[in-house]
Amino acid sequence: MDRETLAARLREILPAADVVDDEEALRPYAGDALTAYRQQPRVVVLPRSIEQVQRVMALCSAEGVPVVARGAGTGLSGGALPHEAGVLLVLARMKRILQLDPVGRTARLEPGVRNLAISEAAAPHGLYYAPDPSSQIACSIGGNVAENSGGVHCLKYGLTVHNLLGVKLVTVDGELLELGGSALDSPGLDLLALITGSEGLLGVVVEVTVRLLPVAASVQVLLAAFDSVAAAGAAVSAVISRGILPAGMEMMDRLAIEAAEDFIGAGYPRDAAAILLCELDGEPEEVAAQVARVTELLRAAGAGDIRVASDPAERARLWAGRKAAFPAVGRIAPDYYCMDGTIPRRHLAQVLTGIGELSEEFGLAVANVFHAGDGNLHPLILYDANQAGQLQRAEDFGARILELCVAVGGTITGEHGVGIEKIDQMCVQFTAVELERFHGLKAAFDPAGLLNPGKAVPTLARCAELGGMHVHAGELPHPELERF
Amino acid sequence: MTLKDADRSAALREAVTAAVGAQRPLAIHGGGTRRGLMAVTGDGFDVLDVGGHRGIVAFEPSELVVTARAGTLLSELEAVVAAAGQCLPFDPPRFGPASTLGGAVASGLAGPARPWQGAVRDAVLGITLLDGRGGIGRFGGQVMKNVAGYDVARLNVGAMGSLGVLLDVSLRLLPSPMTSVTRVLELGLGQAFGRMARLGRRPLPITAMAWETGTLRVRLAGSEAGVAAAVASVGGEPCPDGEDYWVGLRDRQLPNFEGDGPLWRLSVPATAPQPDLSANWLLDWGGAQRWCWTDDAPERVFQAASELGGHAMRLVPGVQRAPLPPAQLRLQQRIKAVFDPSGLFNPGVLYPGQY
Repeated sequence: MDRETLAARLREILPAADVVDDEEALRPYAGDALTAYRQQPRVVVLPRSIEQVQRVMALCSAEGVPVVARGAGTGLSGGALPHEAGVLLVLARMKRILQLDPVGRTARLEPGVRNLAISEAAAPHGLYYAPDPSSQIACSIGGNVAENSGGVHCLKYGLTVHNLLGVKLVTVDGELLELGGSALDSPGLDLLALITGSEGLLGVVVEVTVRLLPVAASVQVLLAAFDSVAAAGAAVSAVISRGILPAGMEMMDRLAIEAAEDFIGAGYPRDAAAILLCELDGEPEEVAAQVARVTELLRAAGAGDIRVASDPAERARLWAGRKAAFPAVGRIAPDYYCMDGTIPRRHLAQVLTGIGELSEEFGLAVANVFHAGDGNLHPLILYDANQAGQLQRAEDFGARILELCVAVGGTITGEHGVGIEKIDQMCVQFTAVELERFHGLKAAFDPAGLLNPGKAVPTLARCAELGGMHVHAGELPHPELERF
Repeated sequence: MTLKDADRSAALREAVTAAVGAQRPLAIHGGGTRRGLMAVTGDGFDVLDVGGHRGIVAFEPSELVVTARAGTLLSELEAVVAAAGQCLPFDPPRFGPASTLGGAVASGLAGPARPWQGAVRDAVLGITLLDGRGGIGRFGGQVMKNVAGYDVARLNVGAMGSLGVLLDVSLRLLPSPMTSVTRVLELGLGQAFGRMARLGRRPLPITAMAWETGTLRVRLAGSEAGVAAAVASVGGEPCPDGEDYWVGLRDRQLPNFEGDGPLWRLSVPATAPQPDLSANWLLDWGGAQRWCWTDDAPERVFQAASELGGHAMRLVPGVQRAPLPPAQLRLQQRIKAVFDPSGLFNPGVLYPGQY
């Protein structure tokens, strides 16, 4: 359907101003935070109600128009990249907190509510919403559900899927489904779990109910310096295998430390090969006991300098360095490319060594920040998009890192999603049988394939074209590694 | 261990392929302790015994992850992780010594710690599934953070084997608490609701709260110092047989569960008021799971739970689940068909006559 006709039909559903079809005005919607990919949508719509979303879906379904749903557009994998012939369904205007129940400790939200706004609204009641992706100031809860977003506290508090109670979903043909609710489970198959992290391919999330947690009475942060990343990795294992579950456990390597220090001066030791930040929370007595125990374990694991933040200001400063790691790295290179593999932590030293070798091979530097507690690795590949061929080299380098993660029993994406970015690496992680089941599920929800087409799950033909990439367990690189 | 570890996936796949060829339904059988809950309807089905497919495939205490074959006994799995100071967060009911991991995951039942330590699906990181097209697929993985592909692993938790045969499961573990104590408070139902809501709003190391006629029990678990401090906040009296009580509640072995009068499970928001039913009650999960003994008509119980924003299921005599809205039922049937197009696995286990 051409732009003019489509916009006219949509204006029968929404006020004229909520349908954007002007070339100039469409430009800001051409992509998400994965800026290497841009695509203008045919039309943007900005619904304000569930009913409007239903009617837009019914129209698009009847006319065979593709639809890409978008929240705040902060995603890192191109999941909200528009379709050239499609409608971009922007849910950012549906941003009311519908209900906050401090006694039942739940919040019912429109999909455009910002992640941080939930915790801000809950704060007067001593409650908060646990998942805290680094974009939490801007990203929206609907997008969090679509991507199953994580954050730095997943080891103890889980991802989005662990903190959801219910979702209202508009199907491709405009029907409204309630999955879950405000009880802890629901009858039949667990469609709430299936929807979470489905990247907008199965339906449009139009309402979300989350559980809220009581804010910990006491929080302490430790900083420990190590003279090798292997020693820092072993220290994480030592803490966790001794029965301590830190709220957060983050690692940074030398290049990331230097970049963060140059940027904001968090007070990290510049001579360390790696630092660990360990956050402990709970009742004051519990936390005090854990700080003593963790200090002992880190010391035994070879930590040099160990510091415990003495007040909230110092704690904030220690975290500030980690939270500013991406922009800090952005200052030392014209561009960087952030990867998102997860690995079983015992393979950390080996994977970082492998990344180091790849860095030499591709001639591009890499800084590593790592959600060490849960094995989620964010290598930042430094490159310059203005130098011919460097973007391609960075992407090839990134692909090799993800293959390395799969080879050690990990995954190509821990929290950013597959989107358009990692679609080829899906062929490495999954077999033809597994991909066929994914396509089957997609067809059960969306037989015509109108929702977010071309994302998240590659066609078998695409994998076959990639040829050498589609290899089965055992034929992968690093055959010496155990896999199960 | 008297049974030998064995990888029987090839034989199981052969059996499933043969069943598909003959279009003969299969009842998936592990330890047989959940037969009541996972009753297969109709006749002319064969039993597919998964119990021999057993053994721990990998256990990494420093990663808090274990992978085991579905026929592994829960007791054996528990002993292995306990030796490393760890536990299954969802503390599944053991309805007998033969209970297996596969049955625990397929039925998706969790013990009294569920609201605080998560559901079965929250701990499932990955599965290997043998489906009704004879395909074997690995979904999810062995790491906590993993968002590649649809979450087929969690979809299979509580699916009662309707989508396929679980071959192995990777689970996220938790450190076992250093100490655990139970406090008893003499409180009527109204007061108990108030107390549970107040306690829930504080970051206390609570791992269970249950109320029955005049008695609220609260379990606290963690470090010595943390638990001692929390005891002071909770108040009440020590409960000497606390752990036995929680095990009895988890396995439905408390005296309340004896007898064959109708038993219902209501899953509702923890703070929802009591529904208007003529019933005896036992409130678990801080009020979110309510055991209900009532002679009221099923339609009335379903309606009452639904009005509170939850759902009900009858367990005795015979399982009866809350009806699904038609649009959802159709969607669930389509999903079933993706994995089991001939409808061979555990027919009628969820909705008799429908899938």
